[in-house]
Amino acid sequence: MRKIFGFHGGIHPPENKHQSMAGVIELAGIPAQLTLPLSQHIGAPASVVVAVGERVLKGQLIAQAKGFVSVPLHAPTSGIVSAIEDRLIAHPSGLTAPCIVIDTDGKDEWVEHVGTADFESLEPAELINCIREAGIAGMGGAGFPSAVKLSVKPDTKITTLILNGTECEPYITADDILMRERADQIIRGANILSHILKPDEVLIGVEDNKPEGITALRAAAQGSNIEIVSFPTKYPSGGEKQLIEILTGKQVPSGGLPSDLGIVCQNVGTAVAIANAIDKGEPLISRITTVTGKGVSTPGNFEVLLGTPMSFLLERAAYQSEINNRLIMGGPMMGFTTPDADVPIVKTTNCILAPTEDELPTPPPAQACIRCGLCAEACPATLLPQQLFWFSQGKEFEKLEAHNLFDCIECGACSWVCPSNIPLVQYYRNSKAEIIQTRQENEKSEQSRVRFEAREQRLIKQAAEREEKRAARKKAAEERAKQAASGEGEDPIQAAIERAKAKKAAQENA
Amino acid sequence: MTIVFEWITQYPLLTAVIALLLMGAIFGAVLGFAAVKFKTEGNPIADQINDLLPQTQCGQCGFPGCRPYSQAIADGEAINKCPPGGEATIQALADLLDMEVIPLDEEHGEEKTKTVAYIHEDQCIGCTKCIQACPVDAILGAAKQMHTVIVSECTGCDLCVEPCPVDCIDMLPLKETLQSWHWALPDPVSRSVEIIATDAKSEQGQAA
Repeated sequence: MRKIFGFHGGIHPPENKHQSMAGVIELAGIPAQLTLPLSQHIGAPASVVVAVGERVLKGQLIAQAKGFVSVPLHAPTSGIVSAIEDRLIAHPSGLTAPCIVIDTDGKDEWVEHVGTADFESLEPAELINCIREAGIAGMGGAGFPSAVKLSVKPDTKITTLILNGTECEPYITADDILMRERADQIIRGANILSHILKPDEVLIGVEDNKPEGITALRAAAQGSNIEIVSFPTKYPSGGEKQLIEILTGKQVPSGGLPSDLGIVCQNVGTAVAIANAIDKGEPLISRITTVTGKGVSTPGNFEVLLGTPMSFLLERAAYQSEINNRLIMGGPMMGFTTPDADVPIVKTTNCILAPTEDELPTPPPAQACIRCGLCAEACPATLLPQQLFWFSQGKEFEKLEAHNLFDCIECGACSWVCPSNIPLVQYYRNSKAEIIQTRQENEKSEQSRVRFEAREQRLIKQAAEREEKRAARKKAAEERAKQAASGEGEDPIQAAIERAKAKKAAQENA
Repeated sequence: MTIVFEWITQYPLLTAVIALLLMGAIFGAVLGFAAVKFKTEGNPIADQINDLLPQTQCGQCGFPGCRPYSQAIADGEAINKCPPGGEATIQALADLLDMEVIPLDEEHGEEKTKTVAYIHEDQCIGCTKCIQACPVDAILGAAKQMHTVIVSECTGCDLCVEPCPVDCIDMLPLKETLQSWHWALPDPVSRSVEIIATDAKSEQGQAA
């Protein structure tokens, strides 16, 4: 039995997972229109390679990756590209972003694609390239391009590969059902990842509130070196850094990456996507999304095409808009309220939560901080939330950075325990963004300064050149005048008169 | 040696004076050497001030660019003459120079939202006047060719608007994008602490 380590803090909110676990994974079907944002991942948005009016097939590349930290995008079903324009997307800002809109034709016709029967014959670099071209970004929620995460520096030895099947956030069951029903694919993905990284050990971390998932995984992993590790349920043990600490006892240093410790962590959903990409050559075009909350009559898990409007999926779960108070994309702790029910499902959408007012009440007004310290006890990153809160209010950015604001994973544990209902995470999000913005502004002003100084230098140089030329001309003129005066050489005026005379004489002769 | 000791005991006052003079000469020589050896070029404080200024090079402060203004501040000019920097810059300057924070001098302009220049290209006659006015070379074009602004380089300084003979340059506010958007600070706690719990409930009831 492996030793299980703990992590500091954490909370035990009501799990509310059983509602959506009654059935099996259902296919959501093909909606009339799909809206695919070009940026469904962290990094540069993909660039469009199709034109409006073009017919695309299922799995066809419609936007390619731009730069290293980026992933391409594929058509989730066959149809006609009806627009490439800014559409409302699932983002807390309620802003629009460039999207490819596909009018589906219902034929669901695949583009030609082949998988690799024997992935072990391929080099890790080739496999990573396949994963990149399949458009796979982390499916746990953050959406970091998987190929980038797998491209560790050549001198880094990866000792541990961790698959994250923790799914610690209440309500969400997408990974749980995936482990129950597609455990063999998860193991397949784990084998591919372990062929790429060649780790000493492969662990799949699952919270002990998913016994069926653990059993299914253990059955599928029979005979392999993959170890399924179960540990006590606590939020947020699914955070990458928290999971690593639980399983290995090591802490990822502030500002560092897990690969610094020789660890790579991937979500189980990502592992399935990787298995599909390598074995069948299928790009990432669908995902499993939980639809839950008392606002839907038949909550469950759906395999849904990317770009499907949220409203279409809600209809499948018998949505009751009259009792629902808001629509949340993601879970109750880290999700955000969507601006509209028609926003599309993207690669990172693991849950749609439609709660009633009783279930998830509107937060009461915040009271003053009473310095009780509960937040510091709950913080899984061992930060001082109330101290950060004061600094955030006072916009003391240097102190915020000194108190490691950027180690905050925005899990919401501090806000959840706060007896004064202070929306702490929102303060941290704001401060983080402001600090980043200030950094960018400083970069820009530095650039402007360089350009301004370069221009000044150029102007000075130009002025100097002009002055030099003028001086040279003046000198030449003086020289000539002096020569004329001294009788040496030709007097230019006299010469001109001579020339005119000669010309006149020639004309007269003619 | 004994003679020296004897002399010291005989004239203690004179010894002390000589010793002090000697020490003064040695330290003076060290300091003089250090002053030559570790001489700082330029004005370091003006450089630090310049780093805090927003580098829009707009000249609203009355100086031809940020660098000259930072030099002027180092020589005692007021720190509140930079509208693009606004309060944040005044705060940073006050911290650096250990001065009182003073409100922005309205005479030099107000703190506005960030803008970029936009040339209405169908109206542009290609006179290059704006190109010459741009302090950061952010306008691209040539004589009798249409001009355009490199948005990522434009500091929003306004200086190109005035020289345009056909008035085809507008300053447009920077659009909020997904990259620039960020969470707003929640309502300050002080505004809600006055609400007693029962009030809060009744308010919610009305809203729902």
